[in-house]
Amino acid sequence: MLELKNLSYTINEGENEKKILDNISLTIGDNEFVAITGPNGSGKSTLAKIIAGIINPTEGNIFFEGSDITKASITDRAKMGISYAFQQPVHFKGIKVRELISLAAGTKLKVAQLREYLSRVGLDVNQYMNRQVDSTLSGGELKRIELATIFARNGKILLFDEPEAGIDLWSFQSLIQTFEKLKEKENCCVIIISHQEKIINAADRVILLSEGRIDKPYVMER
Amino acid sequence: MDKIRQDMLVKIAELHEIPSGAYNIRADGETYSRNSTENIEIITKKDKQGIDIIIKPGTKNESVHIPVIIGQSGLEEVVYNDFYVGKDANVVIIAGCGIHNCGGGNSRHDGVHRFFIDEGAKVKYVEKHYGEGDGRGKRIMNPQTIVELGKKSEIEMEMVQIEGVDSTDRVTRAELSEGAKLVITERLLTHENQYARTDIDVKLNGRDSSANIISRSVAKGSSEQLFISKIEGNNKCKGHSECDAIIMDNAVVKALPEVDANSVDAELVHEAAIGKIAGEQIIKLMTLGLTEEEAEKEIVNGFLR
Ligand SMILES: Nc1ncnc2c1ncn2[C@@H]1O[C@H](COP(=O)(O)OP(=O)(O)OP(=O)(O)O)[C@@H](O)[C@H]1O
Ligand SMILES: [Mg+2]
Repeated sequence: MLELKNLSYTINEGENEKKILDNISLTIGDNEFVAITGPNGSGKSTLAKIIAGIINPTEGNIFFEGSDITKASITDRAKMGISYAFQQPVHFKGIKVRELISLAAGTKLKVAQLREYLSRVGLDVNQYMNRQVDSTLSGGELKRIELATIFARNGKILLFDEPEAGIDLWSFQSLIQTFEKLKEKENCCVIIISHQEKIINAADRVILLSEGRIDKPYVMER
Repeated sequence: MDKIRQDMLVKIAELHEIPSGAYNIRADGETYSRNSTENIEIITKKDKQGIDIIIKPGTKNESVHIPVIIGQSGLEEVVYNDFYVGKDANVVIIAGCGIHNCGGGNSRHDGVHRFFIDEGAKVKYVEKHYGEGDGRGKRIMNPQTIVELGKKSEIEMEMVQIEGVDSTDRVTRAELSEGAKLVITERLLTHENQYARTDIDVKLNGRDSSANIISRSVAKGSSEQLFISKIEGNNKCKGHSECDAIIMDNAVVKALPEVDANSVDAELVHEAAIGKIAGEQIIKLMTLGLTEEEAEKEIVNGFLR
């Protein structure tokens, strides 16, 4: 479903070049649940942004369902079914929760549909649908709404960047179940960037990134 | 009334039909229709253009619509409207002005609104300004709003300029007595070569009076905006003003906030932020399948809501 071929991303820091990602190759198939982990600064979010089209790789190619999408725009990739939940959710002054999730769904959602997406992230529809997606929401609330926008997209590649960050323990358990259910959908795969053991354990496969490289197949220590 | 004028009434006052309650519809420099009610009386001024709106003490849950539309190119007018809101009344006042100019002459409406609000009364005031038409003539609106708030009275003013106004000078003056409360929410959009000046001056004279001024604006094209606000705290009081602007293309925005504390118990805060749309907002909406243009539009619309 998704194939990354020899991806590298280099930036210029003054005189020096800095390699953020170094020759990453990776194939992810249908119905797979893959976890990507690794130390802070190892390049996980950069890799996610390259998949979503937010960052262009300096070398290498990305294939989605067999076609090369390396040059495709963010919008085009979103329309193809690639969706990406940000590590740090974005604020929008004046845009309401129901409007943002409707934008994600591509249609004006009815309350019943909103309830469905919000309940998956443990939020009460009546309490939240008319709140603005701004700094009056707590960090955890904002993160949950970010996740809800991804559920509403109904995409083929669901890419989550540290979805557990800021989410309380109790809700976290049901979130893992939600992820496991997601990948069972036909023509769909779930990629989760995480530092959380529970998510890593739930994944079919774990990819360890360190200093911009995937060194060797990761063996889970149980 | 023709389609153009009817559509403008919808834009500025959401009037799809004759409103219930008191109203005065002014079209092309004349009173088009009017209705007074038992509690709200509308009288034509004798010495100049305009009306007096007299709201009896204790009037509850009633509304007054006073929209103004100009469809005739080249018409320029100054209109004086005075509102007398009786003790403990609670009313909604919907004003607004729409200009359709498809000719060569400038069309201008200068509305001078004065509010005398008695003790304990509560007013919600909504004003929408809108311009359209492809004539060379300018669409100009210079509203002046003067408010005197009696003891423990309140006014909440929503002042919106939707689009299409070439030039505007918006002056607001307010003086507050003991325990009075003022909230001003301004929403402003300018585009092309438009110019907008907002000038708000609030005097918190009474003990425990409070004012909250929230302005959000978007400047596109080569438009220019100037935001001036001054809050004077002359007693134990609370004042807050906030100017938040999105600047796009080649637009220019200036904000000149001023807070004057003349009492040791005055608490006054001002915040001003001007900047372009955050890149991450556009990117996030693009990852939801919107194009860059669509994303920009959603962000601006939300911001101005
Ligand atoms: N524009 C930039 N300029 C300089 N350095 C950058 C830039 N973008 C990313 N980096 C660096 O690239 C590295 C990888 O960043 P990235 O955000 O991908 O890490 P991460 O693995 O997601 O980390 P975390 O676990 O903290 O989220 C970091 O060292 C970061 O400082
Ligand atoms: Mg990261």
